[in-house]
Amino acid sequence: MSEVLLLWIGQKDPGPGLLEGVHRSVAREYERPVRLSRSPDSPEDAFDARRGQHSSSRILAWLRERHEGADRVLGVTDVDLFIPILTFVFGEAQLSGRAAVVSTARLGDTPLIPGEGARIALRLQKEAVHELGHTYGLLHCADARCAMARSPSLRHVDAKTPALCRACRARTRELSENGDPHEQEEHANPDRR
Amino acid sequence: MSKKSTRILIVDDEEIIRESLSGWLGKDGYTIGTAPDGATALKLMEESPWSILLVDLKMPGIDGLEVLKRVKERWPDTAVLIMTAYATVDTAVNAMKAGAFDYVVKPFDPEEVSLVVEKIVAQQALVRENVILRKALKKEYRFHDLVTKSPALLATLELAKTAARSPSTVLVLGESGTGKELLARAIHAESPRNGKPFVAMSCAALTETLLESELFGYEKGAFTGANGRREGKFEAASGGTLFLDEIGDISPKLQLDLLRVLEERRVTRVGGTDSVPVDVRIIAATNRDLRRAVEEGRFRQDLFYRLNVITITLLPLRERKEDIPLLVDRILEQLSSELKRQVERVSPEAMAVLLAHSWPGNVRELRNVLERAMVVSDVPVLEARHLGLSLQEGSSAAMPEHPASLEEIERQYIASVLKQTSGNVTHAARILDIDRVTLYAKIRKYGLKRAEDGEFEPATPAR
Repeated sequence: MSEVLLLWIGQKDPGPGLLEGVHRSVAREYERPVRLSRSPDSPEDAFDARRGQHSSSRILAWLRERHEGADRVLGVTDVDLFIPILTFVFGEAQLSGRAAVVSTARLGDTPLIPGEGARIALRLQKEAVHELGHTYGLLHCADARCAMARSPSLRHVDAKTPALCRACRARTRELSENGDPHEQEEHANPDRR
Repeated sequence: MSKKSTRILIVDDEEIIRESLSGWLGKDGYTIGTAPDGATALKLMEESPWSILLVDLKMPGIDGLEVLKRVKERWPDTAVLIMTAYATVDTAVNAMKAGAFDYVVKPFDPEEVSLVVEKIVAQQALVRENVILRKALKKEYRFHDLVTKSPALLATLELAKTAARSPSTVLVLGESGTGKELLARAIHAESPRNGKPFVAMSCAALTETLLESELFGYEKGAFTGANGRREGKFEAASGGTLFLDEIGDISPKLQLDLLRVLEERRVTRVGGTDSVPVDVRIIAATNRDLRRAVEEGRFRQDLFYRLNVITITLLPLRERKEDIPLLVDRILEQLSSELKRQVERVSPEAMAVLLAHSWPGNVRELRNVLERAMVVSDVPVLEARHLGLSLQEGSSAAMPEHPASLEEIERQYIASVLKQTSGNVTHAARILDIDRVTLYAKIRKYGLKRAEDGEFEPATPAR
């Protein structure tokens, strides 16, 4: 079943509306049913004491086992994520795989500033659409406004929208209909909207 | 160029680093390969070179610095990015000295690495583009002796090529020295008439009666000295092409005669009564504004229409400066063979001077400048000082080295223009914007004499 399982695996409470926003964006962009769920446990072994961060790759492995029958599982957390070669990541996904994870940890500086919560929520939606896109086989997009644009910094996150550009949207449909996602070619000059 | 064709090889003994980096870069669409040590990396390079190498500095066996050195020796175009866990000034300096593109400290800041990789990709794209552009630079369009890379002239030459196949009259317009006769010859060579003669005739050089007899021929006794019958250019060009240069300069009577020939396809020799049929393709040329001459009543409208069937306009050199390097190459090649002196090229400074000049005498002037430079120099590379052109073109009255009188400057300038036009007084008068009679008067006044090659040169000034 082409359902997306949206799983909160954070340590604190997600806060009002945060997951609902992700739910809306993901359902809209990928035109699939999205089920919101809260995991009773969390990926404890993902914590790396030396770095003081959580390994996103280990979280992905953990998420793969908790898909509850959905064909994609998107974990949302509030812990700081890393992959071994990088100081941090906003999220990670297996390319054409089943699992993706995104975190709010690096999406805002001071959550206490008024309006910062909404800003974090919007950034999270963008990164959620982005990481989930990788699981559908999408590569980074050259259109800085597309959700699939690479975002190595908050500046890049803020430059994009939580929506796929026309080319990435078409590509998603194509990939889900027939394609071998590994055969995907990147598009160099996607339609800017 | 597709990102897929950018091949990135990750060389690190730690599997987790290789995996995490290849997963991360793979999402950009690059083709990623991995090697656990230096030896494997070099082997993979041998098999098929990679465009970017990310190499860990500390590895057992061949370390990163050694991989870097060997790769740069064999594959200098490959960019090597050194990864290190502990950056010290020494490692950084050593890596950069050995030719690393950059070095990054593990773990990387995502933005930093993204930027470095993007920078490498962009730089390599530029190098490739440069190679392609260099190749394109060599690519020229050739229509017999006319060469160009200018899109505008290219279209003109294409038109000429098409026109060559038709029997229609062609009118070639363009400033003096733009190659009107060369184009006419090319059209003839490209036409079905190429086995028959190409006869060129300058209408400005001769008096009306002389031109008439030259064009149409004469019968014995037609005028004093006409001791026998002589065929004219029309008959000489029979079956071929007659090129009538400076058609804008012919007298009203000749305009009418020419119109008759074009309409009737028959000529009557001077002093003759019977007309003879002629099968000649006419290519006429002028640097005058014929349309204006028609409006002002100086040129017959009906003749203009007869001539103006296919009009080809040749651009002045200043409007196709991109052709200058190409023309310089070509002219130097020709002159080297003609003058039996090997000149390979002009220096970049000399090229800058050539590109800055406005070339009122067009390609002919360029040829003359280069020929002069070859004569005054004895080096294989012509320098700016050999050209005798001022870089500050535009501030046209450049201050001479030794201040001279106005008359002296005028004398020198007229001499140089006459040299540029190869002694063609009509062309020179046009460049100087004075009438021919005035120019002849000045030539006499300043004692400019015709040299053996037909060009004017200044007489040695009295000292």
